[in-house]
Amino acid sequence: MLSFIAQRLAKAVVVLLAIVVFNFMLIRMAPGDPAMVMAGEAGASDKIFVTQLREKFGLDQPLPVQLYRYVKGIVTLDLGFSFRQQMPVAKLIAERLPATLLLTVTAFVISLLLGVLFGTLAARFAGTWADTAITILALIFYATPLFWVALMAILLFSVAMDWLPSFGYETVGANYTGLAHVFDVGAHLILPATTMGLFFMATYARMTRASMLEVKRHDFVKTARAKGLRDAVIQRRHVLRNALLPVVTLAGLQAGTLVGGAVLTETVFAWPGIGRLMYEALLQRDYNLLLGVFVVCSAMVLAFNLITDLIYRAVDPRIEFAS
Amino acid sequence: MLKRVLLSLLVASALSTAAFAEEPKSGGVINAVIQPEPPGLMVGLVQNGPTQMVAGNIYEGLLRYSPKLEPLPGLAESWSVSEDGKIYTFKLRKGVTWHDDKPFTSADVAFSIDFLKQTHPRARGNLAQLDKVETPDDYTVVFTLKQPFGPFLGIFEVGSLPMIPKHIYEGTDYKTNPANNTPVGTGPFMFKEWQKGSFIRLVKNPNYYIKGLPHLDEIYWHVIPDAAARAVAFETGKVDVLPGGSVENFDVPRLTKLKNVCVTGAGWEFFSPHSWLWLNNRQGPTANKKFRQALMYAIDRNFAKDVIWNGLAKVATGPSASTIKYYTDKVTTYDYDPAKAKALLKEAGYKGEKVRLLPLPYGETWQRWAEAVKQNLQDVGINVEMIATDVPGWNQKVADWDYDIAFTYLYQYGDPALGVGRNYISSQISKGSPFNNVEGYSNPEIDQLFADGATAFPDSKREDIYLKAQKILTDDVPVAWQLELQFPTITRCNVKNLVTTAIGVNDGFRDAWLDK
Repeated sequence: MLSFIAQRLAKAVVVLLAIVVFNFMLIRMAPGDPAMVMAGEAGASDKIFVTQLREKFGLDQPLPVQLYRYVKGIVTLDLGFSFRQQMPVAKLIAERLPATLLLTVTAFVISLLLGVLFGTLAARFAGTWADTAITILALIFYATPLFWVALMAILLFSVAMDWLPSFGYETVGANYTGLAHVFDVGAHLILPATTMGLFFMATYARMTRASMLEVKRHDFVKTARAKGLRDAVIQRRHVLRNALLPVVTLAGLQAGTLVGGAVLTETVFAWPGIGRLMYEALLQRDYNLLLGVFVVCSAMVLAFNLITDLIYRAVDPRIEFAS
Repeated sequence: MLKRVLLSLLVASALSTAAFAEEPKSGGVINAVIQPEPPGLMVGLVQNGPTQMVAGNIYEGLLRYSPKLEPLPGLAESWSVSEDGKIYTFKLRKGVTWHDDKPFTSADVAFSIDFLKQTHPRARGNLAQLDKVETPDDYTVVFTLKQPFGPFLGIFEVGSLPMIPKHIYEGTDYKTNPANNTPVGTGPFMFKEWQKGSFIRLVKNPNYYIKGLPHLDEIYWHVIPDAAARAVAFETGKVDVLPGGSVENFDVPRLTKLKNVCVTGAGWEFFSPHSWLWLNNRQGPTANKKFRQALMYAIDRNFAKDVIWNGLAKVATGPSASTIKYYTDKVTTYDYDPAKAKALLKEAGYKGEKVRLLPLPYGETWQRWAEAVKQNLQDVGINVEMIATDVPGWNQKVADWDYDIAFTYLYQYGDPALGVGRNYISSQISKGSPFNNVEGYSNPEIDQLFADGATAFPDSKREDIYLKAQKILTDDVPVAWQLELQFPTITRCNVKNLVTTAIGVNDGFRDAWLDK
C-alpha cells in the first residue's frame, strides 16, 4: 500500500507541474494585464506608472523567464506575491481557506447525506409517487441556477422572514465569543451551505437511486432474500453498500473541487473564501494569486483522487492496489 | 510682495452654519458598503476609488473643496498667492498630530510632495509646474512654480495630494513599508482592523484637532461583492450607507421608496464624472466628422438620463461638465433628431459598414445603456456589433485602439487643465494606455489652447481660452458626449451631514453624525 501511495504521489507532482505550466500560459493569453488594470483604477495612467508596475511585477521579462521564475518558486513552495493585494499569495489563501472549507464541507455533507437518503428512498419505493416526487425535487434544484436559488433564499429567509443573515461569515462588530460565536457563524452558514448542498444533492440522489436499482437485480440479493433476511438488512448491508461505489467516486471527484467550487455561492453571500478570491483575481488579472489558487485547487483534486482510491478499498475489500 | 489673501474661512463658516442647523449628536457606529474591496489603504500608493473612500477618513489633504469648488481649510488654515501667480504660501494648522501622536509639520508636506511625485501618476502631472517647495518654519510651506498654473489651488484634496507621515516613510522602500498595512494619517478616524474579504473597521481619532469632531465612534466598511446582495443588506438594515455606485441603478428607485431612506446626488462636483463614447478618429466610419455628428443626433440621451440613470444625471453639452470651471453651454448642441442623423449619414457616404461598440464592463447599468445606444444607432441605419469584454479586456482593446465606439467615463477634477485637456490634446495620443486621447483626435489649435489655458494668468484669460476650446470641440465631435453622471449616495435618513464637500463620501465621515 505504501509503494502504491508513493507512486501516486510522484505522478501527482508531475501532473501538478503540468497544470501550473498550462495555467500560466492560459491566463497570459487573456487580454489585459495587472499593470493595465491597476493603472486604470488609479484614474490616470502615464507611461511611467504602467512601466514601473510592469517592472515591479516582472512582467517586462520575456515569458519563458517569467515561467521559469514562477515554477522555481512553486518548487520551493513559494506561491509568489499578489500584485494587487500586495501580500504573499500563500498568506492570502491561508486566510481564506478556513471559511471556504467550512462552507464547502458543510455543503458537501448536506448534499451527500440528503442525496444518499433520498436516493435510497427513491430506489426503495421505485415507481411510486414518492420516487417521482424525490426525482422531480432533485432535478429542480439541479436545473435551477445556483445564484438564483441563493437570491430567492435571501429574499425569503432574510428579507421577508428576517430569520437568517444574508451576507458575511459572522455578525461584524458583535464580537461574540465561545458558543455565541459558534451559533453566530452557524446562522450565517445555513443559507449558503444549504443552497450549495441542495444543488449537489440531486446528483447523489440520482446516482444512489440508479445504482441501488442496478444492484437489487443481482443474484446475491436474491440469495439474501431467500435466506430470509429482513428487507431493511438487505437494503442496508447488501444493496446500499454495493451501490455506494459509484457514489464514492462521484463524492471523491466533487470533494477535490470543494476549494474552488464555491465561487457563485461565496459571491452572492459575501462569504470571505477562496472562490471569491479566485474570481476577483481573474477580473484583476492578478496572475500570481490566480495561479496560486489553481495550484491549491489542483493539489486538492489530486489528493482527493488518492483518498477516493483508498476509500474504495475500505468499501469493497475485493479491490486490490495495483503495484 | 503684495499678497492676495484668499480668506475662504467665510465660505467654510457659511457652509458649516447650514450643515449644522441641527445639533449634532455624538457616538454611534455607521455601517457602509465598500465595493470592490480596496487593494490597500495607503492612499499615496494606491489611487483607486474604494481606497480613497475608506482612506479619506484616515488621511487628509491641505485643502478641502466646497460643492462650488471653492477651497476650504484642511490641514492648511489659510493660503495666499503672489501677484504673478507663481508663489503659493500655505499656513498650516497648529496642534495637528499623526495617529501615532507625532506632530504634523511643514516637513511632512515637503516630504509628501517628493513621495507623491514618485508614486502618484496624477500628482506627478499636477506638480509638473512646481519648481521648489520651501519650509521657512514648521507651519509655513511655500510652493514656487516655474510659471503660473491656473488650477494649482485645486490639486490639494486628499485623493490628489494626501499628506504622508515623513517619520514613517523617510528612508524606507515606500511600497513594502509595513505601515502600508496599518495606515497612519492625521484624519478623524484611525485604522483598527481589516478582515480581508469581509470588513474594514475604523475608530474615532480621540486627538483630532477640531474639537468635537468626529461625532461617530466607529465606521465599518462591509465588503459585499454582489450588487443585489448589497441592496438586500441595505434593505434589511445591516448597512446604513450605500455610497454612489454601490447598487445597480434599477434598484435605486425601489430602495429610495423605503421608509427612512434618503438619497443625494451631491458630493461628485469635484470629480464630475463625465461619460462619453470614444469614437475612433483614425479609421472606419467614425473617422468621418459627419458620421460622428450623426451619432450625436441619433442617440436619445434624455432617455438614458431618465430611464437608465433615474434622472440622476444631466445631458452633457460638450467636453466640460457644467460643474467645473469655465463651462459654457454656448456651444454647438445636438438634440435627439434621428432624421438629421440619417441625413448626415448619407452626406458622410455611410454604406452600412459594421461598427464595433464596446460597452463599459462595470455592471448591468452600463450594459443596458449600451443596448439602448445600440438600438438608437440601428434605428438610423447603423450596423452595430456589440463586443463583450471584462475590465482588463476593455482596457486592452481601448489602449490598443481596437474599437470603433467605446463607452467610458472619466473624472474632470474641477478644472479643464486637470481632467479635460488630457482627452483631446495630441501629446496625449499614446498607444498602450487606456485613459488618454485614445480616440486619436489631433488639432494643433486645440493643443495650443489647452497649453495656454493651463498657464494663463489671471483667471479671466483662462476663461476666454476654454470657451473657445469648447466651441471648437463641439463642432468637431472627437467623442460623443453623453451624460454628466451623479452616483447617488443612499443612506438612512438618520445619518446626518454625510455629504458636505465637493468629494462627498470620499472626504471621510468627519462631520457625519447619527440622529438616534
